[in-house]
Amino acid sequence: MSRRVILTAYLVFLMLPIYWLINMSFKDNTEITNTMSLFPLHPTLKNYGEIFTNVTWYRGFQFSLTYVVLNTLISLAVALPAAYAFSRYRFLGDKHLFFWLLTNRMAPPAVFALPFFNLYSAVGLFDTSWAVALAHCIFNVPLAVWILEGFMSGVPREIDETAYLDGYSFPRFFVRIFIPLIANGIGVAAFFCFMFSWVELLFSRTLTNNQSISSIMTRTVSAAGIDWGLLAAAGVLTLIPGALVIWFVRDYIAKGFALGRV
Amino acid sequence: MEKPLNNRAWFLVMPVALIVAFNAILPLMTVVNYSVQDTFGNNQFFWNGTGWFKDLLDPNAELGGRFLAALGRNVSFSLIILSIEVPLGILVSLCMPKKGPGVAACLVIMALPLLVPWNVVGTIWQIFARTDIGLLGWTVSHLGINYNYTNEFFSAWFTIILMDVWHWTSLIALLCYAGLKSSPDAFYQAARIDGASRWSVFRAIELPKLNRVLLIGVLLRFMDSFMIYTEPFVVTGGGPGNSTTGVSIDLVKIALGQFDLGKAAAMSIVYNLIILSTCWVFYTVMTNVDAPDRPRDAKDGAL
Repeated sequence: MSRRVILTAYLVFLMLPIYWLINMSFKDNTEITNTMSLFPLHPTLKNYGEIFTNVTWYRGFQFSLTYVVLNTLISLAVALPAAYAFSRYRFLGDKHLFFWLLTNRMAPPAVFALPFFNLYSAVGLFDTSWAVALAHCIFNVPLAVWILEGFMSGVPREIDETAYLDGYSFPRFFVRIFIPLIANGIGVAAFFCFMFSWVELLFSRTLTNNQSISSIMTRTVSAAGIDWGLLAAAGVLTLIPGALVIWFVRDYIAKGFALGRV
Repeated sequence: MEKPLNNRAWFLVMPVALIVAFNAILPLMTVVNYSVQDTFGNNQFFWNGTGWFKDLLDPNAELGGRFLAALGRNVSFSLIILSIEVPLGILVSLCMPKKGPGVAACLVIMALPLLVPWNVVGTIWQIFARTDIGLLGWTVSHLGINYNYTNEFFSAWFTIILMDVWHWTSLIALLCYAGLKSSPDAFYQAARIDGASRWSVFRAIELPKLNRVLLIGVLLRFMDSFMIYTEPFVVTGGGPGNSTTGVSIDLVKIALGQFDLGKAAAMSIVYNLIILSTCWVFYTVMTNVDAPDRPRDAKDGAL
């Protein structure tokens, strides 16, 4: 029984701050600052209305989702063949290359913020969703390779050899046979790319003129006092894509967090 | 079975190598370039040799004092959150149901904080911990405790640590849960027949299973907490004073706030080297732990 108590206490601890955010998003500012209540006394949709009618907010969501999706697609497209190479072959410098990739996942974004600003201005991509999508590759590509390599190593190599004996060419084998076999792994890798690109703030703020939803939110905090209700409503809306993605991969989450290595 | 040697595999790796090199090598060259130069503005640079590095590593210099203090704060932060999150994560994973309808609900709720954008994590806690409008802050201050994270040292630290525990304990818990699920039921049945206590079941059966996943978890948590930026930046802005300013926050202040390119670059390099060497130690240990279970890697050694 004590197990259930501990688990419940932990889940409540996780939900409380989110509940409070949702609670605040349905209140207007006078109610927020003047009364302390566990649920909105005069529920209002004003905050959400403001976000859906204001083009800045709306564009922010669109912009953020664009670079997140772009980044996920690029990361998977380049990571799939590389992970296959790492899981199936030895080649000159493979261990070193793998470690070098990993170090980029570990490097602090703060170190890259300024040089990225220079680099992406120099190549003319500054303030576009491509700049953010490419910049996020620095941590997502190594992670995707790491996860996919784990999943691919779980597929016996006899399958590849049988397919080649049956006359499959490498591209046809890879697309028709191998990719369906590691579909779960691809789902998990996509989930992680989506997650880390979606939650990141520093690059998306440095590489654009406040276009992404996260930087629009920080601007609201600093300018002209704080509109708590509006901020809370925007926060609630940013939870939705994450919650949807979790729902789709819920059966593979646990294995995925172990990077396919359990 | 040994993996075949095939250098043509480089063609498969090439796109990854190119895209990461574009993002990593070019910017790092810029950083190294700045770190040995000084400027009076107007894009006029002159050679400064190792001057910035000497300043940075000298505790008596202004820059060095600032850097080492931030480094110290960051290390304490990482150690504190690891010492809370790892035991708590293991505990929670042991309490989770192994099957049944509750599993999916648990997993989804636990993964939710991980998918919250980092600045929104900051926003959530900023709101939640305020004494005037936040549930936590209001409750704590009505219990008669002096709590104000914007101007009081302990409150600020308490808030950012609690926030990190909220944000990331689930990662450790989910990792451990995945590890635990892979131990066969027969082990537990045998232990039950032998009349083993709960503690010895944990020590003898569960903990060894967790070794590998815990290493991944500790590696990810150490690295990410050591370069934490957004969450404390939104909640405390590094304050009160500098008391919650970690290395990343300080670095961004110097680089993008004051535009002190030389100082920022030297600091970036030292910061990066610290992280890389720690990462290397973890990685070596991890591949060695992996080796017995994955015999095809055994002959290649650590790297």
